[in-house]
Amino acid sequence: MRRNKVFAAGAAALALGLSLTACGTTDDKDSGSSGGGGGDAACDLKLAFFGPETGPAAGLGKPIIQGAQLAVDQYNDDADCEVELVKYDSQGSPDEAPSLATEVAGDESIIGVVGPAFSGESAAAGPIFAEGGVPTITPSATNPTLADNGWDTFHRALGNDATQGPAAAKYIQDTLQAKGTFVIDDASEYGAGLAGIVEDTLGDTVVGTDTIQAGDTDFSATVTKVTDAKPDAVFFGGYYAEATILIGQLRNGGFDGTFVVADGVKDPAYLDAKDAAEGTIITCPCIPDTDPAVATFAADYEAEFGEAPGTYAAESFDAASIFLAGIADGIDNREDMLTFVNDYDEKGITKQLKFDDKGEPADVHVYAYTVKDGAIVPEGEIK
Amino acid sequence: MNFEFLFSNLPQLTIGGLAFGAIYALIALGYTMVYGVLQLINFAHSEVFMYGTFAMLWTVMALGGADAGGIKLVAILIAALFSAMAMSAIIALLLERVAYRPLIKKDAPRLIALISAIGASFVLAELMGLRDRIAGWFGLDDNLSEYVGKARINNSMAGVLDAPRWKIGNVTISSIDVLVIVAAVGMMILLDQFVRRSRLGKGIRATSQDPETAALMGVNPTRTIQLTFLIGGLMAGIAAFLYMLKIETTKFDVGFLLGVKAFTAAVLGGIGNLRGALLGGLVLGVAETWGSALFGTEWRHVVAFVLLVVILLFRPTGLLGESLGKARA
Repeated sequence: MRRNKVFAAGAAALALGLSLTACGTTDDKDSGSSGGGGGDAACDLKLAFFGPETGPAAGLGKPIIQGAQLAVDQYNDDADCEVELVKYDSQGSPDEAPSLATEVAGDESIIGVVGPAFSGESAAAGPIFAEGGVPTITPSATNPTLADNGWDTFHRALGNDATQGPAAAKYIQDTLQAKGTFVIDDASEYGAGLAGIVEDTLGDTVVGTDTIQAGDTDFSATVTKVTDAKPDAVFFGGYYAEATILIGQLRNGGFDGTFVVADGVKDPAYLDAKDAAEGTIITCPCIPDTDPAVATFAADYEAEFGEAPGTYAAESFDAASIFLAGIADGIDNREDMLTFVNDYDEKGITKQLKFDDKGEPADVHVYAYTVKDGAIVPEGEIK
Repeated sequence: MNFEFLFSNLPQLTIGGLAFGAIYALIALGYTMVYGVLQLINFAHSEVFMYGTFAMLWTVMALGGADAGGIKLVAILIAALFSAMAMSAIIALLLERVAYRPLIKKDAPRLIALISAIGASFVLAELMGLRDRIAGWFGLDDNLSEYVGKARINNSMAGVLDAPRWKIGNVTISSIDVLVIVAAVGMMILLDQFVRRSRLGKGIRATSQDPETAALMGVNPTRTIQLTFLIGGLMAGIAAFLYMLKIETTKFDVGFLLGVKAFTAAVLGGIGNLRGALLGGLVLGVAETWGSALFGTEWRHVVAFVLLVVILLFRPTGLLGESLGKARA
């Protein structure tokens, strides 16, 4: 066993050395200077974060980066061999993703990727990671179809939209007890998919539907449809940019029921709608930072970064932790890491971490949040 | 197709359509005026409007509109109106000076000026969209973070104004919608009279009919063109003010879609024709809302452009015909 490990380490060092000489462009993100002792090669292992560090979606990327960073820092505190977290800044854009993914795949010392953060860039980068055999665990991309591409490297540390939709419908039925619900979507892959699931689940209690276009700002026809149908609740599948304007116009038009939205709206920018946003219900497969299960994590996070953990920080911590557990087990190559992740079945801070053969989590939780006094506060799990 | 819904909610839908159509109309004026005088489509006019929305927003923020009420709020809004008009007018004049005048002087083909307009549109939009970086060069991004921070996402002034609403039967009328419609029609009448009756207006009409003869008669063509851009800019500023009152949110690329729609409105009414711009804007706004009600809101833009094509098939010069110089203006 021991011999085996030394041999594997030596082989990895050789592979690393070859890859460094082969494509000299990838080593600029690493110190790259410890090629001396063959036995220490496993110390050069790296994890990558793949997602927006800058750009329009940087706000969503920050908690994800910090969650993974915290896991790595905590691992390094009592490890002989430090693991490095390398950030690949895609700006959240599917256009940037392929070339960055190629760069990641070319650096053999990266044996796991936390990300890609968004569904669009996941779709663009997924085939490259699959070909390079790079195990990925995304803490935030929720489009259900991502798991259907047959990429054996794909894993997801949270429930997808197909689980979020029924949860939102359940909340509307059981908690709000809405007799009539109006369903609106934004014609995007995310929004229309989610709204379709909610519509199907609610069945007869849907009193009307409408589709808006992302980028539109005048929703007077939609508002008239809603006020005409007199629903108790409106579900909107889409992102915060349109949701912020839509809720303002709905309230101005005289709608006084409950506005229900999903994780695409869980962004501080939604609070720009001010009073109109009050009472909005936001569903999200992300664990609240006040949940007892993440109390230690939240305290550590706050101590390190000076702020409360944001959306998907805990999921990111879990994703990184799986890779780190593998490294602690002595894994030093992508192939073994992939097997390790596929067979993983341990309790994480957000949920039982175990993946089915498509890479979806076996254990899924969806939580309800509400806007109260100008802040998004957790309401509890939707069971 | 949901005819029952359309007919039972006709007044409500029509008001919504007229209000947004009035904003199209005010922006359309800028396209129509410049086209009337220069036979040039000023594609950067949408950015003139966009800068106006930001001037309005920043004025309200700087003067503390969020906490103001009563007379103070009215004063702030009036200040915001003037700053929006000033900002849009300055951008319009700058455009004329930088992107058009050198080309017109060299007698460049219209196509070149069109490309110049498209280029100017991109530059202006991206300058706004990258304002956080620009402020960063001067080390001001921290001081100005409130103004430049959300460079590429929505900037909102929701909650500043809680406008009264009236309920008549099952129709809810927002005072802002009424203001928007009245202001647009009022401005249009004023402008129409200005172009018809004033000396400067005569100059605009003369240049539009025959620039060379007008110049021989003592009309300064450069000044006239400047005046045209100035008026277009002021109207875009008013449109920006009304738009922000109604929608409360702007973004660096907000001008694109609105610009396309306003241009459509101008063509629909008869490009080069002031009254046509008003009529085209209102017709387009109402058609969009009715179409949304009938087919679903996702068909809104399809309805708008099908209408345009159908009307141009029967009236190739638009509803009221092309003419700034001729009979109707």
